[in-house]
Amino acid sequence: MSGDVAAALREPWDSLRRQREAAEFGVWIFLGSEALLFAGLLLAFAVNRTLHPAGFAASGRETDIVFGTVNTLVLLTSSLAMAVGSEAARAGLRRLALRALATVLLLGLTFLVLKGFEWAKDLREQLWPGAGFRLAEPGARLFFGLYWTMTALHALHLAGGLAVVGWLSWQGWRGTRPLGSPAFQVAALYWHLVDVVWILLYPLLYLGGRA
Amino acid sequence: MSGGEARAILRRGLLTWAGLLLLLLATLALAYVPMGWLNLPVGLAIAAAKALLVALVFMDLRRRDLLLRLAAGASLLWIGFLFLLTFADLLSRP
Repeated sequence: MSGDVAAALREPWDSLRRQREAAEFGVWIFLGSEALLFAGLLLAFAVNRTLHPAGFAASGRETDIVFGTVNTLVLLTSSLAMAVGSEAARAGLRRLALRALATVLLLGLTFLVLKGFEWAKDLREQLWPGAGFRLAEPGARLFFGLYWTMTALHALHLAGGLAVVGWLSWQGWRGTRPLGSPAFQVAALYWHLVDVVWILLYPLLYLGGRA
Repeated sequence: MSGGEARAILRRGLLTWAGLLLLLLATLALAYVPMGWLNLPVGLAIAAAKALLVALVFMDLRRRDLLLRLAAGASLLWIGFLFLLTFADLLSRP
């Protein structure tokens, strides 16, 4: 076990505990900048929803509730797998950690594939706010401009998360990165933030105007 | 390296996940109940509850040191200013 700690320890820290604290503090600062990026888009959504309540309600009815809800479920479950993987890696439970990380990759890919099918359906239903846009209500174009921007930016973040988790899983599986490395917790924090962003997007993009 | 530790990790995760699932079902069902202007606040409140569960349990904020809570809280503070100042302008226009 002490060999594992020595392998995970990096300059300039003299203990793995300090290294873990620094890594987590650093990633929380990064998550803060990510939160402000998405908050800017959420603010644009909130302002335009206030200005065009009817158009936003009519647009909310046009997004696909089944794709949206199933994908929320997929992402919440991926966060469960990520939390288990991160804690298991820290506890040195190799088999559980690698299985959980593989589940994260599988669920993340599932989310992106479903999102792809949903985007294709949106395009068939002429919900791209360009020429031939189907909805006439004022504000509907703004809603769908934000819908495409926010879901695409979120998907990009998820793809980045998949690359990081895939890379760490590969290293963990090959044994080139010790399971005690704080990188697993750092990747988990990022993954959970991407999940939280989706948790906030879900009621705004999918649940509006349903009642 | 015990099976007990693995079970404890799984149990805590699954309990949180079950809570998230219940909140998701609740927000989906309530979205179809006509409550007028209340529909959006209810949906957002449930989303906030889900985000809080993820932050406290999965992101470990419940037992982390003050520094990390401060870093997480600082972004919420600035986002609060962003919304407060924007809406102070928007809603007070003649």
